[in-house]
Amino acid sequence: MTIPLSYYVILSAVVFLTGVLGVLIRRNIIAILLSVELMLNATNINFVAFSRYLEDLGGQVFVFFALTVAAAEVAVGLAIIIALHRSRESINVEDFKLLKW
Amino acid sequence: MEQLVFGYFAGVIAVAAVLVVALRNPVYSVLSLLVMFFHVAGLYITLHAEFLAAVQIIVYAGAILVLYLFVLMLLNIKQDDRYHRQWRTAAALCLPLFLELLVLFAGADPEAIDPLAAAPMNSGEDNTRAIGLTLFSTYLFPFEVASLILLVAMIGAIVLAKRGIGGQGA
Repeated sequence: MTIPLSYYVILSAVVFLTGVLGVLIRRNIIAILLSVELMLNATNINFVAFSRYLEDLGGQVFVFFALTVAAAEVAVGLAIIIALHRSRESINVEDFKLLKW
Repeated sequence: MEQLVFGYFAGVIAVAAVLVVALRNPVYSVLSLLVMFFHVAGLYITLHAEFLAAVQIIVYAGAILVLYLFVLMLLNIKQDDRYHRQWRTAAALCLPLFLELLVLFAGADPEAIDPLAAAPMNSGEDNTRAIGLTLFSTYLFPFEVASLILLVAMIGAIVLAKRGIGGQGA
């Protein structure tokens, strides 16, 4: 156990920042969903690291719930993408302005 | 040795995460994410979360990424225009986060070992058994709610994906 907890937090922060950047700058909706997966995994790394260092299994159980939500998000998100692609023949986010002000 | 292993996993995770965002072809992005998930699973093993490592590979790499690849093949995307013009918003949001990251870096003391980390974690105890006991005693109600979430997601996915086929709503 020679690795300080802060290293895990930094790794998680790097991955999370990459995910935020991906959500903001990518045009492809699927790439945006992949970036959301990146962010979820960053939080999971944090949960597991803290659960190890605080010796509490609650963190690992929460990763399960994060996993459940990720699976649900992917299922619904990809279904929405398929529906969008059917109606607009595109998955470029700039083509969907119906709800834009 | 532990530092070396952590350095390897952390390096590959960081590079693969950047590649997910930077690569032009979505299929390559998904494959890069696959590499990242495997290394996150390796990191879980070094953190003595063996069951989570297995679940990470089975659920994320086995189910979720296959779903992504399936939809990518289904949609058959030809055009690959990559980035937005809203990079100002992105910069405004990411700059504070980046500064926070720098603060984290500045605060990280490689010599400092957390006092909590000194104690060995239930050595010899089965990780899977411990998680199962916790999940079905303390977190029983959230567990049931999670199953409900999955049911809702399943029905929602079927309804959403089915709607477009006939032309009119389902």
